[in-house]
Amino acid sequence: MLSTFLAVLRRDLLLAWRGRADVMVTLAFFVIVVCLFPFGVGAEPNQLRAIAPGVLWVAALLACLLSLHRLFAQDYADGTLEQLLLSSEPAVLWVLAKILAFWLTTGLPVVAVAPGLALVLDLEQGALPVLAVSLALGTPILALLGAVGAALTLGVRGGGMLLALLILPLFVPVLIFGAGAVEAEASGTGALAHLLLLGGGLAGALALAPMACAAALRISTD
Amino acid sequence: MQWESWSAFWDMGGAGFYVWGSYGVTFAVIGLELVLVLQRRKETVKRLLRWRRAVGKDGSGRAGARMES
Amino acid sequence: MASGPKDETIRMNSSTRGPSLLRFAAPQNFYPLAGRLAPWFAAIAVVLTLAGLWLAFFVAPTDATQGNVYRVIFIHVPAAWMSMFIYLVMAFWSAVGLVMNTRLSFVMSQALAPTGAMFCFVALWTGALWGRPTWGAYWVWDARLTSQLLLLFLYFGFIALTRAIEDPRRADRAGAIIALVGAVNVPVIYFSVKWWNTLHQGASVSLTKAPSMAATMFAGMLVLAFASWAYTLAVTLWRVRPMILERERHTEWVGAVLDREGGRT
Repeated sequence: MLSTFLAVLRRDLLLAWRGRADVMVTLAFFVIVVCLFPFGVGAEPNQLRAIAPGVLWVAALLACLLSLHRLFAQDYADGTLEQLLLSSEPAVLWVLAKILAFWLTTGLPVVAVAPGLALVLDLEQGALPVLAVSLALGTPILALLGAVGAALTLGVRGGGMLLALLILPLFVPVLIFGAGAVEAEASGTGALAHLLLLGGGLAGALALAPMACAAALRISTD
Repeated sequence: MQWESWSAFWDMGGAGFYVWGSYGVTFAVIGLELVLVLQRRKETVKRLLRWRRAVGKDGSGRAGARMES
Repeated sequence: MASGPKDETIRMNSSTRGPSLLRFAAPQNFYPLAGRLAPWFAAIAVVLTLAGLWLAFFVAPTDATQGNVYRVIFIHVPAAWMSMFIYLVMAFWSAVGLVMNTRLSFVMSQALAPTGAMFCFVALWTGALWGRPTWGAYWVWDARLTSQLLLLFLYFGFIALTRAIEDPRRADRAGAIIALVGAVNVPVIYFSVKWWNTLHQGASVSLTKAPSMAATMFAGMLVLAFASWAYTLAVTLWRVRPMILERERHTEWVGAVLDREGGRT
């Protein structure tokens, strides 16, 4: 069982490495969105500092959303997905491996870049570790929830916009607790409660989303 | 009875716009929904009758008749 | 299913009269039942609405603190209740459909969705019109209004997904999954929005009604809530009927129904 998990994980990471330009595009998108905000709201440091947690989190959320279509589309097109579903291995396992590979190639780079980018918005330096931790806990939830939406919209016309409509409302709690954690840390009230809730959310999503995603993939390839 | 006159009733103590705006739009939306449901029914019956004629299921034996758009 | 009962009359005949209520899970039995029940529910809805409006405008007294604006509450609260309740019912039918593999359950949940979205919109609209004179703004990021807005988006997502997928079998199941995922998330969303709301703007803004709500006010609200129940049942049954015809169009009983309908129009 573990070997399936590792095999799918390694395969997806290898594919991502071959198509690393896509990964770079996601990261570039994240950086550019964040850098757009000062042009829109003005470069006044206090204002930028106030909106920094929200801006960083919304940008991370959009970057995740825009790369979600990559999660299953390729495997759906070349029939790999059907083969995987026909195999005797439990679907939850390799679905989880695929989501993990997806997060490692899109979520993790965002987590790594965000603290540096936060300095552009003049976010308080003491809040940088919390920003990284909140993103590290929150972006996997986005990937897990998003995977369900991506599985449901496979091969559907207008799939991209549909995916956004389906899952953006579900992202709201993650956004609230993620950006809230950074804000709470910056304002000195402590981020522990937010981070614990994010952790709880991650545990819940880990338990439920792969099952829903596997069911959705079965429906979509039927 | 709450109201001294009809004009007092429509005025709602100055809040007429908000109260009647709420009730008006609510019933307009409900009416719209009913119209859409009715239309959908008519449209479905018409389309299915056409479809049955096209596939020759209406008993007239015109199997293979061209599908009307 | 393709070979329906030999007797093509759509009235229940001896071959379909089963021992239990379960026989109504069969589309050819449910279709005429829905057609017979819907007008009754519609009539109940009309009567209750008139009674509720009479209570709302002629019996309930003017509120001491809010004046007459509060009369918006009489539709706002039932609409908000209804929008949440319908989503739960949708999720319920979706779960039944996935577990028991009954096609009618999926059709029910899809027929409910537009009405749920409609009530959601009504709750938002009346909330805004109530908020302007009461809070001084049409829109406040109040926890309840915000959750209501997100619920509307969930409805839109469900409707858009089920309409975008051509294959009805796949559309049914995909819609059921997203309805269940949404239902699991609704409490999470509500809790998180509430948490966010209390952090960002104290308790000064809340939808709590006047503490001394007169019994007549509550009665009006309740009557209108029942009216919206009856309305939902009626309009959903009406919406289900053409959906059933569409899906069962290959069967003989639908042929019989269509021939009768065709004669009429």
